[in-house]
Amino acid sequence: MFYREAGQFKSTYGADQAIFPIVQDRWFMVLVLLVSYVVVPMFADEYWYQAILIPFIILALAAVGLNILTGYCGQVSLGTGAFMAVGAYATYKLSTGFPELNIIIVFLMSGAIAAAVGIVFGLPSLRIKGFYLAVATLAAQFFILWVFNKVEWFFNYSPSGTITAPPREIFSVLITGPEASPEARYYVVLVFLTVFALAAKNMARGHLGRSWMAIRDMDIAAEIIGIRPLQTKLLAFAISSFYCGVAGALYIFCWLGSAETEAFDILNISFPVLFMVIVGGLGSVLGSILGAGFITLLPIFLTNAPPVIGLEISTELQKHIEEIIFGVMIIFFLIVEPHGFNRLWQIAKEKLRMWPFPY
Amino acid sequence: MEVLNTFFIAPVLDMADSPIFLLEVIIGGLMAGVMYSLVALGFVLIYKASGVFNYAQGAMVLFAALTLVGLLDNHVPLILAIILTMIVMVGVAFLIERYMLRHLVNQAQIILFMATIGLNFVFEGAGQIAWGSNVKKLDVGIPENSFEVGGVLINSFDLFAAVTAAVLVGVLAIFFQKTSVGRALRAVADDHQAALSVGIPLKTIWIIVWSVSGFVALVAGIMWGGKAGVQFSLVLIALKALPVLILGGFESVPGAIIGGLLIGVFEKVSEVYWGPAFGGAIEGWFAYMAALVFLMFRPQGLFGEKIIERV
Repeated sequence: MFYREAGQFKSTYGADQAIFPIVQDRWFMVLVLLVSYVVVPMFADEYWYQAILIPFIILALAAVGLNILTGYCGQVSLGTGAFMAVGAYATYKLSTGFPELNIIIVFLMSGAIAAAVGIVFGLPSLRIKGFYLAVATLAAQFFILWVFNKVEWFFNYSPSGTITAPPREIFSVLITGPEASPEARYYVVLVFLTVFALAAKNMARGHLGRSWMAIRDMDIAAEIIGIRPLQTKLLAFAISSFYCGVAGALYIFCWLGSAETEAFDILNISFPVLFMVIVGGLGSVLGSILGAGFITLLPIFLTNAPPVIGLEISTELQKHIEEIIFGVMIIFFLIVEPHGFNRLWQIAKEKLRMWPFPY
Repeated sequence: MEVLNTFFIAPVLDMADSPIFLLEVIIGGLMAGVMYSLVALGFVLIYKASGVFNYAQGAMVLFAALTLVGLLDNHVPLILAIILTMIVMVGVAFLIERYMLRHLVNQAQIILFMATIGLNFVFEGAGQIAWGSNVKKLDVGIPENSFEVGGVLINSFDLFAAVTAAVLVGVLAIFFQKTSVGRALRAVADDHQAALSVGIPLKTIWIIVWSVSGFVALVAGIMWGGKAGVQFSLVLIALKALPVLILGGFESVPGAIIGGLLIGVFEKVSEVYWGPAFGGAIEGWFAYMAALVFLMFRPQGLFGEKIIERV
């Protein structure tokens, strides 16, 4: 009843090809944007921004990027952390080398650099498939992080080996580094996520997305109907790495402030982001964002839940219990809904369509 | 010219300089390789029989080793402790089948893979809650002295590990090729549904194969734990075993062994002779890069089944 496309006639091709062809979807998007841009900043405080909202949005951006590669194009990658590191270090080098350059442009250029690196490490995907490829992308993960650790030029020969975000402004508002206000940083990452998520959705439904999906479903068949595997796969690697690179840049510049390569470790980034994509649903932009929310919120919830219900346990024990519950939740979720949040969303829409007369 | 010298000429000259030292490095590599093979073997067994890429193998090694150490600390005699640990691992296999795999039949491989990462967390947490998280010494009475053969030092512990691995592989090979359970395992590996339809009891098979790989994890745990102490970082040897897997091929037991040996030798030799040229600490990625380059020429690994694609 609430979600019924009956009666919405389209009289132009443009209307038929819109990103959100159904009125209710458009309203829903407006609502989401309204909540995230207006309502959330009214209520959020420093802790919410720093502990939940900003990391959630940045990781959602990375998850959207990985979903392009893994969900749409079917190439499993465990090198997300490395591509994010490329973005972060490139931003650091560019913004310290050219301080007068607009930081947004620096972010985008770093994304482009990450894309170039992604293409290089995507080349093996033409011959290597499935889990062999997944393990091969680990080569990128370990090699790139090692380079950033070893070559001192990348962290400007600082003795601690860390990179620190220099303060940068747009429209004379400080947006990077530890001094920037959480609101400003929140808006920056949110704008990036909005634009990039819409772009991803757009790509996915067009020619490019369809050729990715064809490659994913069966690459030989796709080749036979005239899709070039080389260009298509490499493009997926490039665009995915671009997203991850920008996310990595934001990760350091708008969230952590300063970091070492440790921050982009496989256990800190690559696996969690892959979890977000799987839990959210392969091949779904909305799913990636929901998955990112789930994976970032779950540990925070688990940490805060025992004191709330009045349980006193040692931190050591609690850490292990958290680990177990996290693992169990993941398995449970995969069993209950292997297609992720996206599928739940579809089911919900289907239910709304029928309600209140299910037959 | 200088680059050429540091990367190509100097290492070779170093090698030619002292062949005995080179031999020692190679033997050291082979011994390290045996350890990698032991871990990789567990991966291969489960992949062969259930198509699951079991990331939790490293955590299983830790879990088995922790259980064994915990029992030994409580003054349980060694043989009994090993048997008890084995029973625990069988119980774990049963639980995994009952509560995880049974519900994930016929899911995409990536889903199963992610589920095993979840399992990894559970093992890590459970093992450390049960037995504490500080480094423990594991001593099962394997002699640890070195002796010389033709001027080359060999550690008897390493030798013991190598012999154990060889025996293990022999037994597993016979098990897979000659017994009816082994045949059933291979059928399940080919196709879950087809195996079910010819009457192979999938549940039993899975319990068996996870138990066997739990056993392999126990052996690996004893070896690694005896060498480096039982500690949390044992989990990370899973990451060490992955290049071995892609080099040897996911479905091949001999592949795991030979891949492990190759990676071990390669890692040691490169670390000793090329490490300084790169600035050290290259063992983290060198094996991966080598395996990656190798895969470009042979995408299914050394002994993996030929990939046949049908449209």
